[in-house]
Amino acid sequence: MIKSQLITVLSERHPELTAGRSEKAVNTILETISSALAHGDRVELRGFGAFSVRFREARENGRNPRTGEPVTVRAKHVPFFKAGKELRQRVDESRGPERK
Amino acid sequence: MSGQTITRAHIAEALQSELDIPKQDAAQLVETFLDLISDELVAGATVKLSSFGAFSVRDKNERVGRNPKTGEEAPIPPRRVLVFKPSQILKDRVEQGCGG
Repeated sequence: MIKSQLITVLSERHPELTAGRSEKAVNTILETISSALAHGDRVELRGFGAFSVRFREARENGRNPRTGEPVTVRAKHVPFFKAGKELRQRVDESRGPERK
Repeated sequence: MSGQTITRAHIAEALQSELDIPKQDAAQLVETFLDLISDELVAGATVKLSSFGAFSVRDKNERVGRNPKTGEEAPIPPRRVLVFKPSQILKDRVEQGCGG
């Protein structure tokens, strides 16, 4: 599913919401999360999961994937998502009992 | 980094003012948004939200893990996990906002 499909389904579930306003809703939700992360804030959505910012130390063991040359990777802050307990369990159970 | 925690209520407030709708409706929209994404993932599909990131599920084989406290070996059963890959745009925003 891509964003445009999510926007369509959201407006179908909420008939009072036109397609244009559904798009605005989806973009507002994503922008609120993105801007919180850009400020270093954490976004906690119980049952779904939590977005946070993690710090990655600089490392010396990087490689240029094209040339294989060793490169230093500088320290950085990266967005991180940890699935919530409920969603994590639902996803795992969706593996189905018939599969190993 | 300011270190605040953003919740569903904050996102609903943003929707309330952006769309000029009652708080109750805004809260319901956030819920539907999260449900739609969750249901796709539980169905094994990927959810790609351009300029934000992509959620997908990945099957993990059984492997031997270790209890970090006791050092004891313990088998980790096969499972299906949820992964989030942030978009380059989101990664850049976080890096510029948090450290740069």
